[in-house]
Amino acid sequence: MLGPDPSWYLVVSGILFSIGAFGVMLRRSPLIVLLSIEIMLNAANLALIAFARVHGGHDGQIFALCVMAVAAAEAVVGLGIIVAMSRRKLALDVDELRVLHG
Amino acid sequence: MAGNALVWVLWILAAFACLGSGIAVVSFGNPFYSALSLIGNLGSLAVLYLLASAEFLAAAQVLVYAGAVMVMFLFVIGYLGGRADVPFAGGPSWVSIAAVVAAAAILVEIVVVIGLKAGDALAAPAEIEAAFGSPAEIGRYFLTDHLLAFEITSIVLLVAAIGGVILGTRTRAEEELDEAGAPQTLDGWSPDARA
Repeated sequence: MLGPDPSWYLVVSGILFSIGAFGVMLRRSPLIVLLSIEIMLNAANLALIAFARVHGGHDGQIFALCVMAVAAAEAVVGLGIIVAMSRRKLALDVDELRVLHG
Repeated sequence: MAGNALVWVLWILAAFACLGSGIAVVSFGNPFYSALSLIGNLGSLAVLYLLASAEFLAAAQVLVYAGAVMVMFLFVIGYLGGRADVPFAGGPSWVSIAAVVAAAAILVEIVVVIGLKAGDALAAPAEIEAAFGSPAEIGRYFLTDHLLAFEITSIVLLVAAIGGVILGTRTRAEEELDEAGAPQTLDGWSPDARA
């Protein structure tokens, strides 16, 4: 295989996933939390594609395409919730949303 | 071999662009700049996909993700206005320290698990033919072996479209809120207000 081993793809994927997880835990703006979730989904996609290359089968790539479709659906619903929040004039801050806090 | 060196250089450039723009996404205060960095992140990931012989996925990444999904994000950010929310404002808080520790723990776990479970297989990737990952191959698998996944994906997208319409429709409670003109607080919110 030309270029680096699949293990290097997995290293990039792991680092990218932890960057996304860090963003989800740290940031309070729901928009940036959604963007961080997109980073995590893409890190998983990169790992799936690297493993598809290791095994020489297409199943990983098919799964990555399905993840892409689910990510698009997640972005639609997440952005819809954020727009609905702003129309109700709620603060766009995930720390302030504690109605279900009990 | 000249071709191999070129692939290495491209791979290293794409990997660093990918990680750098990922860090930029989580550290920019303005969501607009974060979304622009995410477009760069998705683009450099498409280069990595191409180098791992996933040609159709690289094209889909640029068209669907960096194109359609990110345009939607930019529209919503433009509609809401870029509210700055500066990370690390006022020095490191316990939340940011805990987030760094937890993210590092996740990274260590990923590296250990993959190294233990897949270390040997990773060194010897399978031989593949030239058509691996081409649109024709992906399409053939989608309509034969993975037909159920294909159909379920279309249902997921349909449900998400309906959900987007429902979330985007104005409710009567919101119209009353607009007439009253008072900003709503979460403490005053009750489920009865929807009736």
